[in-house]
Amino acid sequence: MVPISAYLILAAVLFGIGTIGVLITRNVIVIFMSIELMLNAANLALIAFSRGMNVLDGHVFVFLVLTVAAAEAAVGLAMIVLIFRNRETINIDRFSIMKW
Amino acid sequence: MFDYIFLVPLIPLLGFIFNGLLIGRVPRPLISLVGCLTVGVSFILSVFLFFALKSLPAEARFIEQVLFSWIPAGSFQVDVAFLLDPLSAVMILVVSGVGFLIHVYSVGYMHSDPGYGRYFAFLNLFTFSMLTLVLANNFLLMFVGWEGVGLCSYLLIGFWFEKKSASDAGKKAFIVNRIGDFGFLLGMFLIFWQVGSLHFDTVMKTAPLVFTAGGGLITAACILLFVGAIGKSAQIPLYVWLPDAMEGPTPVSALIHAATMVTAGVYMIARTHDLYLMAPDALMVVAVIGAATAFFAATIGLAQNDIKRVLAYSTVSQLGYMFLACGVASFAAGIFHLMTHAFFKALLFLGAGSVIHAMSAEQNMRKMGGLKKYLPITYPTMLVATLAIAGIPGFSGFFSKDEILWKSFSSHYGHPFLWVIGFVTAGLTAFYMFRLIYLTFHGQERMDDKTRHHLHESPRTMTVPLVILAVLSVVGGWVGMPHLFGVTNYFEHWMEPVMTPGYNASEGPLLASGGSDTGMEILLMVLSVGLVLAAIYAARYYYQKNIQAATALREKLSGLNKLLVNKYYVDEIYGAVIVRPVVYGSIFLWKVVDVVLIDGLANGLATIARDMAEVLRHMQSGQVRRYATLFVTGVLLVIAYFVFG
Amino acid sequence: MTDYVSILSIDLSLVAPELVLLAAAALILLFIPLRKMVFLAPVIAALAFILSFYLAVGQWHYSGSGFAGLVTCDSFGVMFKLIFLLASFLSLLIARRFFVIKGIDKPEFYALLLFSVIGMMVMANTVDLVVMFLGLEIMSIPLYVMAAFNRRSLESNEAGIKYFIMGAFASAFLLMGIAFIYGAAETTDFRRIVADFSYIVANYRIYLYAGTALILVGFGFKVAIVPFHTWVPDVYQGAPTPVTGFFSVAPKAAGFAVMLRIFLYGFERIELLADIFWVLAVLTMTVGNIMALRQDNVKRMLAYSSIAHAGYIMIALVVGGSEAISAAMFYLVAYTFFNIGAFAVVTILETRSGCKSDFVELAGIGKATPYLSAVLALFMFALAGFPPTVGFFGKFYLFSAAVKAGYIWLAVIGVMNSFVSVYYYLRVIKTSYMDPYEGQPAVVKLVPSIFLVLIITAVGTLGLGFFPQKLLELSQAALFAFL
Repeated sequence: MVPISAYLILAAVLFGIGTIGVLITRNVIVIFMSIELMLNAANLALIAFSRGMNVLDGHVFVFLVLTVAAAEAAVGLAMIVLIFRNRETINIDRFSIMKW
Repeated sequence: MFDYIFLVPLIPLLGFIFNGLLIGRVPRPLISLVGCLTVGVSFILSVFLFFALKSLPAEARFIEQVLFSWIPAGSFQVDVAFLLDPLSAVMILVVSGVGFLIHVYSVGYMHSDPGYGRYFAFLNLFTFSMLTLVLANNFLLMFVGWEGVGLCSYLLIGFWFEKKSASDAGKKAFIVNRIGDFGFLLGMFLIFWQVGSLHFDTVMKTAPLVFTAGGGLITAACILLFVGAIGKSAQIPLYVWLPDAMEGPTPVSALIHAATMVTAGVYMIARTHDLYLMAPDALMVVAVIGAATAFFAATIGLAQNDIKRVLAYSTVSQLGYMFLACGVASFAAGIFHLMTHAFFKALLFLGAGSVIHAMSAEQNMRKMGGLKKYLPITYPTMLVATLAIAGIPGFSGFFSKDEILWKSFSSHYGHPFLWVIGFVTAGLTAFYMFRLIYLTFHGQERMDDKTRHHLHESPRTMTVPLVILAVLSVVGGWVGMPHLFGVTNYFEHWMEPVMTPGYNASEGPLLASGGSDTGMEILLMVLSVGLVLAAIYAARYYYQKNIQAATALREKLSGLNKLLVNKYYVDEIYGAVIVRPVVYGSIFLWKVVDVVLIDGLANGLATIARDMAEVLRHMQSGQVRRYATLFVTGVLLVIAYFVFG
Repeated sequence: MTDYVSILSIDLSLVAPELVLLAAAALILLFIPLRKMVFLAPVIAALAFILSFYLAVGQWHYSGSGFAGLVTCDSFGVMFKLIFLLASFLSLLIARRFFVIKGIDKPEFYALLLFSVIGMMVMANTVDLVVMFLGLEIMSIPLYVMAAFNRRSLESNEAGIKYFIMGAFASAFLLMGIAFIYGAAETTDFRRIVADFSYIVANYRIYLYAGTALILVGFGFKVAIVPFHTWVPDVYQGAPTPVTGFFSVAPKAAGFAVMLRIFLYGFERIELLADIFWVLAVLTMTVGNIMALRQDNVKRMLAYSSIAHAGYIMIALVVGGSEAISAAMFYLVAYTFFNIGAFAVVTILETRSGCKSDFVELAGIGKATPYLSAVLALFMFALAGFPPTVGFFGKFYLFSAAVKAGYIWLAVIGVMNSFVSVYYYLRVIKTSYMDPYEGQPAVVKLVPSIFLVLIITAVGTLGLGFFPQKLLELSQAALFAFL
């Protein structure tokens, strides 16, 4: 029996990897994947808690979150395509017309 | 009659709306007609209101007109309501009356300015704000007028915004006033917090029950309000904006200095005098700051060559007198001086405007001289005003200034030392004002030929207001003759219903009693008149005779240069002994305190804000990854706070 | 057994305003293939907003809960529904003309607007964290698209992608926070969290606090609390101007609705909150104001100014209590009027060709369009908090609530900040009236819809300044149902 805390630690590690991924990557698609990783870390935590408490609502939440993530992916990828067509790059550091 | 109180401020507002909405769409005569007429009508209304009020028995002279309930929710109740009592009646007369004359004068002065409509719109708004300020029956409505006045001064001082100095001066006035407003707002919060109301009458009646007399809270509230007054009325250390305010058109200076704006602080203290009487320490601060400002501004006035600057410092100095009067709990005397000062200072500024108009916009007195014969109306009227401000018996300024001097000596809150400062200042005032007269109107003509050919008396619209103001500068003081002349002091009598506190009279002599030491009063009066006459003589000696002699000598023989030098030498001795220390002192004040400290503070704040923005903008680099980094840093800090805090 | 009953009791009247908007959005999406019917899209949306407004007013004083406790209807929520509907209705009126001129008038926009308003309503009308999260996403995803709506503009693209990345990033933190709270409390329903609060604190303090912190961050992002505000200036500047006007009011109000509920009802008993909010409020208003001082673009300046205003409203989160909450609601309504009004004027000015809303473009409009610039000046005075505009009362209530609760320094800092802000607001007025300009400034054409917006906002700004009492009573009434 793997203790709940192990799942939580895994969730935290995944979340941390995702966060660092957002901070250090320049490719917008990879950044987006890192954000998905963070969301899934949260999902894992929800399921772990739910399982630990022997209730089901955590699982339901995860389905909701997955739907949200799918919607976000649809919009996000469309936007990445759009900006790639206009700028011919998806390097996030180049997107700084507006500053200060 | 009293149903029409609200029209007094409303009519100028209508003028503003008319002129403001139709900028550049109506012909000039209509603009001037609307601009002047609105203020004129509100002056006539004020006169009627004054007499209506006078016909009531003294204790009934307290009329409140509630227009509508502004914020009637919960514990916080504020109405849009006006209060007419002897104090505000005098104020609306002065504001609308002097304001009206200045409007008329402006018709002539601004006749060729492209911003004519805008000018009159702002001028009407200014009058409206000031009338709202003095008629308000609660702190919040007064604050509306207070802010309005500040805004209008910003707009009008920076009226010729294409001149950098003008827009800078406007900004400076605005910033300095903000500092004062901050104090006012905090004072207002403090009063509301303690008393639970902002209605003047309620606050005055409840304050003795809420505050302990002389306690810390009431003193703090009074001092905070006074900070507001310092800003608006240009006292040490916030007086710096007023001399710079000269950058606006001259009639605007007249309006700011005489009828509106700067008198707001004095009025506010008179209006809340019941609070101040409970805080003797705050009164002392008021008196000391007033006296110090009166003296220092007068010394600075000695060293100025710009005709408007001399007048500006003289305003600061005279306002110091008014605060001195308030500080020794002689509020009626302060308001009396406010009134007479409005007459002669408006006259001086309008006269100076006429001189500048004649001199093709030259303001340096060293380039004037001998204008007496070119300006047959301006000269005598300005002379009258100068005699009045110097305090020559018979002229209005004498009565009000003498009253203040006597009260600062004899009042329960007074002190002989305060009298000494006021006394010396009276001498300095006479000296620099006559210096102005001699340099401008007498002696050699020092302007160039082109300007000389241009010299002309101003048009009728400008000279008629001068004459009217000159008459007022003489007779305006006669309503407040001292008791020892064997006549009733009508002004003091009129103010009595407002100025007598009915709530804590048992706690000793709260208001300054006139005192009954007639011999002393006469002695002090004679002393100050003597000093004034001596100062006038000195000014005449040094600024008329010497300059003439020196110039004549320079024209004659080079051998007589020595004599010229000797004459100069005399000047030097005189200068070294009396003027120079004072001048240096004043230059020190002007250059160091003014320029370095105060300007430094104001500019410094701006610089600090700019530097901070410079640092902060690195947060806003446009780089998403940096945003995310900042975000994560914030997250970690917040979590750390929660987990370990 | 009771749970089954409440699940079965699906009371559609609780969500009637949302359903109207949903139907309208679906209808618009159906119309898209019929190219000739496209002009109906804004009409349908506007009618839906009006009908929804009417239905929402009908929900006033009706409090109830349905859908297994996931939807809660009370006057507090209704008050916010009205704010969202007002803001989006006004934005819609502004947007149409602007989009036509810029050549980006697409019916999808109106559907997106409707969807995002539904999301806001969901957020404001629940006491369940997961539903709040869902509402937030329903609101945000359309907002990302709206920011990037001007497809050919690089600025607009950039605004969209920045908003999207930062928004999704913040959502991940929020979701993690919700997971922690769920782990600590076994539920995400505040009524149950409040009931078991002492037990939760005693046993799962770390989870609870970490979760609270992350939720604060997640929603703080939406209302632009410093240091989670960095997206605001870029997105506001890049997005099409009517969209920016909408952004600056409605999502912000939604964020505050949720934060007021969570932190002053759910987690009211966490004492640490007041201090952290104190620091964040001061930071937010100060940074916003200082940055606004140096902007050369009016939209960007207004973006920073909206950050500063969020800082003022956060005073309510510090102070707590009925007075502060009603002051915050008052402020949000007032802010809706004058901020949307200001953006309406900026939008009109931007319809002139080649304009990007830089300060220099304002020069000379005082002469060219005196009425428009007078209205702009009015909104600037309101933003700066001058009496007798409603802006003054908004600030006054907030600051006096702070003073009454003993937060004197917070009020002092707030007052000082609003004095600083006067500088840059007046700069707009100064530029429009006083700065010299060369040549003939292009004449601006007022269309009826924008004219209507200006009338509504100006009357609101001034009228509520003269008669603030009704609104204050309303926001107090909304509050009693809530507590």
